[in-house]
Parts: sequence; structure tokens; C-alpha cells
Amino acid sequence: MLSYYVDLALRSLKRSPGLTLLMILAVGFGVGASMTSYSVFRAVSGDPIPWKSSRLFVPQIDIWGPQGHLDDTNKGDPPEAMDYTDAVALMRDHRAKFQSAMYQISPSVVPADPSMHPINVGGHAVYSEFFPMLDVPFKYGSGWGTDSDEQRAAVVVISSKLNQKLFAGANSVGKTIDIDGKDYRVVGVLDNWNPKPVFYDVVNTGGFTTDQQDVFVPFQRAISAGMPNDGNTNCSEIPKGSGFVGLQQSSCVWIAYMAELDDKAAAAAYKDYLDGYFRDQKAAGRFSWPLNNRLRDLPAWLESEHVVPSDTKISLVVALGLLVVCLVNTAGLLLAKFLRRSSEIGVRRALGAPRAAIYTQFLVEAGTVGLTGGVLGIVLTWVGVWGVSWVLPKEISSLAHIDLSLLAITLLVAVIATMLAGLYPTFRASRVQPALQLKTN
Amino acid sequence: MQIKPVLAALRHHKAGTLLIAMQIALTLAIVCNALFIIHARLARLSQPSGVDEPSLLVIGNEWAGKPDTDQIASLIAADLDTLRKVPGVANVYATNAVPLGNGGNVLGMGHSPDKFQRVADSAYYFADENTLPTLGLKLVEGRNFRPDEIGQVDGKGTIQPSVVIITRELARLMFPHESALGKPVYISARPSIVIGVVERLRTPFVDSSMAKWADNSTLVPYRWLIPFTRYVVRVQPGQLDEVMHHVRAALYAANRMRVINPKDGMRTFAQVREQAYRDDRGMAILMSGISVILLLITGAGIVGLTSFWVGQRRKQIGVRRALGATRHDILSYFLTENLLIAVCGVVMGGVLAVGLNLWLMKQFEIDRLAPGYVLAGVVTLLLLGQAAVLAPALRASRVSPVEATRSV
Repeated sequence: MLSYYVDLALRSLKRSPGLTLLMILAVGFGVGASMTSYSVFRAVSGDPIPWKSSRLFVPQIDIWGPQGHLDDTNKGDPPEAMDYTDAVALMRDHRAKFQSAMYQISPSVVPADPSMHPINVGGHAVYSEFFPMLDVPFKYGSGWGTDSDEQRAAVVVISSKLNQKLFAGANSVGKTIDIDGKDYRVVGVLDNWNPKPVFYDVVNTGGFTTDQQDVFVPFQRAISAGMPNDGNTNCSEIPKGSGFVGLQQSSCVWIAYMAELDDKAAAAAYKDYLDGYFRDQKAAGRFSWPLNNRLRDLPAWLESEHVVPSDTKISLVVALGLLVVCLVNTAGLLLAKFLRRSSEIGVRRALGAPRAAIYTQFLVEAGTVGLTGGVLGIVLTWVGVWGVSWVLPKEISSLAHIDLSLLAITLLVAVIATMLAGLYPTFRASRVQPALQLKTN
Repeated sequence: MQIKPVLAALRHHKAGTLLIAMQIALTLAIVCNALFIIHARLARLSQPSGVDEPSLLVIGNEWAGKPDTDQIASLIAADLDTLRKVPGVANVYATNAVPLGNGGNVLGMGHSPDKFQRVADSAYYFADENTLPTLGLKLVEGRNFRPDEIGQVDGKGTIQPSVVIITRELARLMFPHESALGKPVYISARPSIVIGVVERLRTPFVDSSMAKWADNSTLVPYRWLIPFTRYVVRVQPGQLDEVMHHVRAALYAANRMRVINPKDGMRTFAQVREQAYRDDRGMAILMSGISVILLLITGAGIVGLTSFWVGQRRKQIGVRRALGATRHDILSYFLTENLLIAVCGVVMGGVLAVGLNLWLMKQFEIDRLAPGYVLAGVVTLLLLGQAAVLAPALRASRVSPVEATRSV
């Protein structure tokens, strides 16, 4: 029976090609636009580390007090990053399973080959627990041990991309590279690891950046080597000392911090510890304002940092609006199409077809339009994702991609949405009075 | 006018009427918000930076191998010399940031050293006596820096200039009723005397969150001795390509231990502007595209539905014609019908548009929709509706009275 209805649908669609084409175009454009926006949205709003994001936490300590965040933008939240004093104190206390303070660096690497110019690399100064905490994959070697943290050892973990550039992709563990004029021993080479957003340091990277993460060096090593912070520095007052050392002694915030806490109890205990730390510092005369700490897990943190760019969200909203208009449009056209066939329906009903049969017939017809529109939608989504690179910023558009699930969703959305749009017209069609139609003929 | 019969007929196809009205309403709501976003983005795109853009080149230079402060001072001095000798170079200075360059430094400025009493936020640019002529800034009051006023500073945040040059906008904020010239302002614990006011100089930031103070810039007479330096080069007219070609080689020939990013280490100001507003232009294109598609689909939808109605009512039209209605009567009937539906649609749409704007404002810090956009949208959609209905209505007007006698 179904094949008969499909046949009927095709005949009916062929009978008024203009109207049919219009519906298919509407569904296709609506679905294409919204799926293109969705692919971008999906790329930037995804969970970068789904298997443990709920166990990763970002602590915030209100070291500036209410006057320090007069800017109305952060709504009374404490500073998003840490100053040096507190980051190091938290690392020393070591109350989480894993934790790492980190800051963005941009040293220069001087290749051994004298014919090559020095190159700029991006990266982070981190503690050894950074690697196990974030499940960082290694191609060769591994991260460094806690002893290297303490000894401020000149060791480095490099990206596979930098490894390709400097060592032609060979296992370089044990070799040395020249960073800012000093030799560092390579202890590990990352496998392809490029999480988006750069969730461990949203504060300094802004989440999405085309900068590469090429080197990771021990935090205290970078401090003593004077590798300046390449990320943001926010100060509520001008540092008293000068230069990088002055920054370390100041209340400026520039260090990102992340801790792994395995269950609710551990998170609660850590929050207590943070609050206790604040009270101790307050008792010591450092703060004069009430406690205002935060401990957010990663999803909540990304949300509060507005990691998904608002342009992406606006585009999605507007594209979904386009889809709705297209569906209203399709509903109107389907209504016209179905009611035009009132007499046909009347005949079928008079010959004994139940309402359900009419429903099936017209929903199949709507579904056929949806399916065809969906195929057009797939083509348009493909064009859209390809074209988005010259409309949206590169660090975002490069993340949008087409995969099987997107194609399946496109088709599904097209068919379901069109059938929903066809629901009312079908209802109207099924209400046609057989006797009345036969009479007027 | 024949409004009564139109209303009576509309009551017979409520659903179709409602669907068209809804479609017009939604389209209006989306299109005028999109128009509003487009206009806001384009307005930002065309804001002047205050500098002589066509003749400027920006070079980002980083020293390899960790030179100390004294070394950096002499390295920068040597580079400035090298650059001056490149044929076609008119002037050059070293700084921390450039307008629209997206990356720079900000300080609060006030009438006292109290950091919580600031009057305005301001971007600050490290400058020397060559900055004004290189950028082509227009001094509206006061004088340029003298070479002996240029200090040196080695790290973050320790600048305490005794003199500054500020933009007219910043001067107006600080001293609304009088000239800023000769007055002290505080960006540090020490007073800085305003010695000059330039007509305009944009901040490096194009973020909408910083748009409120986009023209608040301060020039401080310092050389910044950190490993990363920006050189701003003014070239003689028509020599931009030529100079761009030679500058990198000249710098590397003078000293190899440096990094000039091959990708964006050297940019013309046109490229700086291009990159700064890439997102805005993209958003404008995207919103325009969606608006055009929306209008086309809505228009096509009206054509489709009206055609159907015309087809459905051929017999009635024939009867009306047989009873003496002129072609013009039929035409105006359908135009009136569409106008009625469209007016209902745009009324709903106007409310929806404001609602959508309020929601966007709450979610995304967008400005309040100006009424002009709704008005423009209303006119557009009414015209679109009339244009879309024209072809089917003309077809209807050509229905001959004989149709009255035919059965379907």
C-alpha cells in the first residue's frame, strides 16, 4: 500500500511542478541554512573532553574584592585567572588528585640547522600533572615527573607538528632543542592533540585560536628562565616592581588553574579548602571583603566564560528562524495542494477509504517533499560549510565539518519538519465530506 | 472599496490566510533584526582609524635568544636605522600596538592617582617624536614630543610619563568644558601633562565590548624594551609593494637572530583593517544572505498560495465578470486581499521583531532596535506582497465571463 501512496505522491507532485519545486526549495534552503549554522555551533560548543569534563574544575579566588571588578561585565564574579602568589600556594598545598597552574608562553626556537631562521612557537608552562589530568596522548615518550617540577629541569614536551619540523617526525625523545637560547631535553612528543576549545586555558587563549600549542615546559622552569606571559594580564592596580618579576609579586591575574576532583565529596572538600585558604589570607590581613570564591566544573566554566562566540549563536537563532518561515511556507503550499484535490479525496472517501488512509497518503506526500528537500538541503549544507570559511573567523570556521551524522540529521530534520508542516493540511484534507464533493461535481 | 466581500471571502480560507500572515510576520521579525545587525556591523567597518592608512606598513619583530634590556634598546635603534635606509621608506617608529591591530594595552585615566576614580579607559601607545608624522596624525592642539622626552621602560606597567598626547575624544571626556592642553591627567601615581591633542586615533580593539571608548587613545613617550616590538613604517606614495618586498630581507640581513612571522609578521594597514573586521564583514554577509533567501521564499510562497486561490475561484470570478465587474475590479480585489493579510502580518511582525530584539539584547548584548528598521521592513514586506500577488491577480483579471457557465 505504501508504494502505492508513494506513486500517488509522485504523480501529484508532477502534476504541479511549480508548486512542488517551490516547496522543495523552501525546505532545502531552510534545512541547508540551519544545518550549516548548526555544524558551526556544534563545532564550537562541543565538550572537548567528554569522558571527564565533569571531574575537571576551575577554582576562582576573589583576590580583588568588590572594588576590583567594577566592570559591570562579570557580575560580581571573582577574577577568572590567578595571580602568581595564589597559584603557587595552591600547587604547594596540592589538595586535588591532579592539578596544574599554567600560563601561555611564546618562546622562540632556534633550529640546529643554521640555514633556518629562528621560529616562534606557542605553548604553555605547566606542572607535570597537566598531562595525566587532561589525558594528553603521547606519540613518543611521556610528560615529566614531579621531580622535574621541583628541580626546574630544562625539559620539554613538543607537539608532533614541531617534531616534524625539527626532527622530520623521528622519535626525538632525549634530543635537545634550543628554546630562547637554552637547551631543553625533549621528554615527550604529543600525538595529534588539539582540543577545541583550548579548554584548559580559556582565559589566555580565548578558547579558539589558530595559534599552535607546540611546547610545554615545567612551570617553575619557565618562571626562573623569565619566559614572559604571552596571554592576558589583568591588573586592578599597577605593579610596584618592574618587569616579569614585578608581575609575579603583583596582584595581577594571568595564570590559569585546573584541578581534577573525582567525586562530589572531593569537590566539596576542595571548595572548603579554597574557602579556608581565603579566610587564612583574610586573617593575615590580605583581604578586607567577604568570601566570594567559585569552583566550577568544566562545562559550567566554559559556559560562564562565553566560550561559544555570540555571533555563532545569533547565526544559529536566525537560521532556525529561516527554517521556521520555510516550514510555514511549506505548510501553506501543502494546504493549497491538498485542498485542490478535495474532489479526489471525496471520491476515495465515498468508495470506502477510511480517514487513516487519507492521512497516510498525504503524509507520505509531505514526506516525499521533505526527503527531496532534504537531499537539496544536504547539497546546500555542503556548500554552506565550504563557504563558511570566508564568512566566519578562521579559528572557528575551520572546525566546522561534515560527517555522516550531520548528513543523517539533515535528512531527518527535513523529513520530520515537512511532515509536521503537512500535519494540518492533511487534517483538513481528511475532513473533506465525501457526499458534498460528489454533489458539486 | 470592496473590503467587506474580501473579509467575507477570507473567512472561508482562514488557515491559508493565517499561514501567509504568519509567514510575513516571522519574515519581518527576522529581516529587520538582521538588517539592524548588518547595519551595525557595516557602521563599525567604515569607522576611520585616524591614521594615514594607505601608506603604512606594520612589522611584528621578535628577538630570538633572550637579549637583555640594554641589548634590546640598541637592537631597536639599529633596526630603526636599517629601516630608514630602505629606499621608499619615509618614516618609522617602534611601538607596542597599532589601531585595529587587536592586541594592546589599556589604562584607566583620571583626575587623581586613585585607581578606582578613573574617568575613562584608554588604550595607550608607546610613541616617540616620529609617531605623529609616521601615522599622519592631525595635531589639533599643542605640540609633538621632543626627542629628549622619550624615556625607556623594560616591562609591564611601570610607565609614569610626565607628558602625554591624547585624542580629542579623550580630551573631551576628561575636560568637557575646557581645553585639555597643559592640564594634568593620571594614568599612574604621577601626574602627566597633556602637551598635545590629536584629532583622532582608534584603539587597537574592535570588540563590541570596547566600542564605547573606541577613540580613547593616549600616546606615551616611551620606548618599550621587551623582546617583541612593532615597527610602523610610512612609505612614500606608491611604493608600498616595493618597500614590502625589501624590508624583510633588509632586517634579516642586519641581524639574523629575530623572528618575523612569515604569515602575518608584515602587514599593510589595509590588511590590518581587513583582519580586524573579518568577523563583522562575515556576519553582515551571512545576515544579508539569510534575509534575501527569506524574502524570496516568502514572496514565492505568496505567489503559490494566491495562484491556488485564483484557480479555486475561477468560477466565482467568471460570475462576477458576467455580472459586470471590470478586469480592474478583479485585480484590485486580489491586491486588496493581499494588502489586508499583509497588514495583519506586519502588525504581528512588528511586535515579534521587537520581542526578538529584546530577547537578543538580553542574550547577546545587542543594541535596541531602532524603529526605522521595523518601518523599512514593513514597507519592504508590503511591497513584496503586492509584487508577489500581481502575477496571479493579473491572471485572475483575465478570466473570461464565460467561465461562469462552465463546470470545473
